[in-house]
Amino acid sequence: MKLSKLLMIILLLGLVAACKGPGGTVVDDGMQDSSVAPGDSGGAVSSGVGSGTMGEGSEFTEDMGQHADADMMDNRVVYFEFDKSEVTGAYADMLAVHAGHLMSNPAMRVRLEGHTDEQGSREYNIGLGERRAQAVKRVLMLQGVGADQISTVSYGEERPAALGSDEEAWSLNRRVELVPDM
Amino acid sequence: MTRKFYLLAACVLAWISPAAYAELRIEINQGVERPVPIAVVPFGWKGSSGSAPFDVGALIAADLAGSGRFAPMSRGDMLQKPTRGRDIDFGDWRILGTEVIIVGQLIPTGADRYSIQFQVFDVFRGDLLLGYRLPTDRASLRMRTRRAADMIYEKLTGIPGAFSTRIAYVSVVRTGGKPTYRLIVQDADGANEQRMLRSSDPIMSPVWSPDGRKLAYVSFESDQSEIYIQTLRSGARQRVSARAGVNGAPAWSPDGRKLALTLSKSDGNLDIYTLDLATQVLRRLTDLSSIDTEPVWSPDGRTIYFTSDRAGGPQIYRVSSGGGRAKRVTFEGNYNARPRISPDGKQLAVVHNDRGSYKIALVDMARSYVQVLTKGPLDESPSFAPNGETLIYAAQAGNQGVLAMTSTDGRIHRRISSVEGDVREPAWSPYPVN
Repeated sequence: MKLSKLLMIILLLGLVAACKGPGGTVVDDGMQDSSVAPGDSGGAVSSGVGSGTMGEGSEFTEDMGQHADADMMDNRVVYFEFDKSEVTGAYADMLAVHAGHLMSNPAMRVRLEGHTDEQGSREYNIGLGERRAQAVKRVLMLQGVGADQISTVSYGEERPAALGSDEEAWSLNRRVELVPDM
Repeated sequence: MTRKFYLLAACVLAWISPAAYAELRIEINQGVERPVPIAVVPFGWKGSSGSAPFDVGALIAADLAGSGRFAPMSRGDMLQKPTRGRDIDFGDWRILGTEVIIVGQLIPTGADRYSIQFQVFDVFRGDLLLGYRLPTDRASLRMRTRRAADMIYEKLTGIPGAFSTRIAYVSVVRTGGKPTYRLIVQDADGANEQRMLRSSDPIMSPVWSPDGRKLAYVSFESDQSEIYIQTLRSGARQRVSARAGVNGAPAWSPDGRKLALTLSKSDGNLDIYTLDLATQVLRRLTDLSSIDTEPVWSPDGRTIYFTSDRAGGPQIYRVSSGGGRAKRVTFEGNYNARPRISPDGKQLAVVHNDRGSYKIALVDMARSYVQVLTKGPLDESPSFAPNGETLIYAAQAGNQGVLAMTSTDGRIHRRISSVEGDVREPAWSPYPVN
């Protein structure tokens, strides 16, 4: 279950990342797209999977702890209960690894993207997604990560990871994604 | 009792304005028990040559049918086709059971000038209820015809018509998993689409300026939420809020000078502010660690209603638009959010959770009474027609986002299906300013 969930996330993130091509935002003036608006820097979700630690796994000298850490670094999504923003203990180890990584790389930044399921009103869900992102931010800061290394954004229910209107999709959508911020 | 009418007026009009094409289709799921039988006789064309540039009668009939209150007779069933009151044989129409007959003519009055002339009769008494002449040019024929339908509707029901208004909404089309968000404006009867904005990033929360000339909305095109104002006619737009954190839920003050909005600033806590658009002066209205969002102004501009979860779950509160202590408004149910206020200021339409299902409900503010209007399970974003008679809202049907309408008395239900993609966040325009 856990593994299939993870696989699904990786697939979906990959999809989203792959999709974020030229895109952009264009003012529609009747029929024709006219002036191009400022803005789109080309990456609302520039989240890739993996983080450069993937290639290091073959060395025999690496101890088990580092292998575990590498796995943890690949794990970049915190899930939440319905209408809740508490980070459960299940994510303590994973977030500790991310915190450690950020502290040992002060130039690195992480973007915390908060999301909700589709239930309820949209702007309220923006609030809930922001609250979730802030909850993860607090956990990272308690571990010692500097506030200047963390940014947050809430997409509410606007960027679902899974489409569908059932509890399975909803549980995959109530999440905060840790996205390396270049 | 299911009654279906497909309003394909746009097809009729395609040759008038090539830019118009219908993306939405209105279906009546439930009309009034006994819609009034009426006859809209094809309008006469008084031009010296050719045929009429526009079928005025067809659009009036379609609009009246689309209201769910009237059942227009099909043209094939008409025994005669008078175009003036003096030519009507009321006896024939009484036999057919018609209660109201509408006749008229389209008269060319000059270079690119026309006059829409129409008369409304009570068939049983033979009385003239309304007779009017609307001048227009060719480009405005459709709009002026809808105005005529508004006038007829008001004469027959006592409620001002809203056919000449428009709907803004957000559509999302996924191609190979890649979403394209669009901000679209359309006539209230589902035709005449105008695309305002296209983005690969989410667009949210469109709201009309009180004069109906602009929209404010939220765009994520810079990878964070920002509030924009866009002028419909020119397409020109202006970024009005891009502060750190959340910039959301814009709401225009009735005088058009301010926006109420939600900001989180850097501390991540959502609060309601007002922003003076001319001076850029920002004023904070709420200051709690709760989620305070989704503001809306009362028609007199003195009060702002909003959603807050300060007591646990989301409920509606109100606060003076000048600041002060907030008071709770809703107490029934554990989830009441995203208020919109009726034009008379007496009722709030909200998203109400009823045993796990999200429905549109009306809150009577004098009595704190909640009336559930829709069936759920994922209804949201209610918006009042400017005549207060109808609410448009977003719903889900078979995993697709659709729009739907309900009369505020709950008697008439209409579904508006989209030809393509998900549609959501409908916002009903005010009456057009002439």
